[in-house]
Amino acid sequence: MSSHQEGTVAHVHRDDVGAKMGMWLFLFTEVLLFGGMFLVYAFYRFQHQDQFRIAAMELNTGIGTLNTVILLTSSLTVALAIAAIQKGNRFLSVLMLNITLVFAVMFMVNKYFEWSAKISHGLFPGSKEMLDLPNGQILFYGLYYVMTGLHALHVIIGVLVLSFMLIQLMKKKITQDNHVKLENAGLYWHLVDLIWIFLFPLFYLIQ
Amino acid sequence: MENHTTKSHHPGYSTYFFVWLALLAFTSITVTVAGISLGKYTMLVALGIAAIKSALVINIFMHIKFEEKIFKVFLALSFFTLLIIFILTSFDIIYR
Repeated sequence: MSSHQEGTVAHVHRDDVGAKMGMWLFLFTEVLLFGGMFLVYAFYRFQHQDQFRIAAMELNTGIGTLNTVILLTSSLTVALAIAAIQKGNRFLSVLMLNITLVFAVMFMVNKYFEWSAKISHGLFPGSKEMLDLPNGQILFYGLYYVMTGLHALHVIIGVLVLSFMLIQLMKKKITQDNHVKLENAGLYWHLVDLIWIFLFPLFYLIQ
Repeated sequence: MENHTTKSHHPGYSTYFFVWLALLAFTSITVTVAGISLGKYTMLVALGIAAIKSALVINIFMHIKFEEKIFKVFLALSFFTLLIIFILTSFDIIYR
């Protein structure tokens, strides 16, 4: 802010490496948050192996696989959006970010149908049907709702963040030379994908 | 610090595309394998594939491969923190 003038060009106060480092540190706290839940999952699965298997049979592997493909593809489109702006191709970047948002919404729509099917079968925490189940199955569904629910919350936050970045991109606030914001939003989105990569086999693929 | 013209390190569109194809291939493998009963190894195989997939995402999509060393140190540190938490807790579960 000091009146430090070098000719007419204003000195830009920016530290892209620092910004990215801050984002990574935040992502590590997220990893620990989910890590704690995976630990609880591991502990209870070890204690109730058969009940976890029986309960997991109820989950729809088809929807789970579809959502995996959707999230992986949305990770690709975010990566492409960043690569495009780095090459100065704003149109492609905007397009890719829009596609990412469409995929994110598709993920949430699938999640909605998946959860509402479970709830209509009476499978939700505290329901009568649920309380009649053995302990291991109650724990499985509890973890299923909390972990995929927290993940879905991250998807929603990701949609908000990416929408903000899309507006910034269209307003030319994010440019070829200044795109660290978009990169950090991309990192967040990849983390959401990363967590799903582990949630998917642990909940949907137990046989 | 050297001048940060890191632009040269950015992979092209095709790299991302191939990584995506690999991720889809691993997904179809893990879904197929889940149908086959491997007994004890089912979980191990599923987690192994998940680990490979996350390595691809972290290295290429999240650019860790192309970042400065300090990012890799951070990543290793948080990975080992998580690993230690898991190992110590597993001792408690096994010898309880």
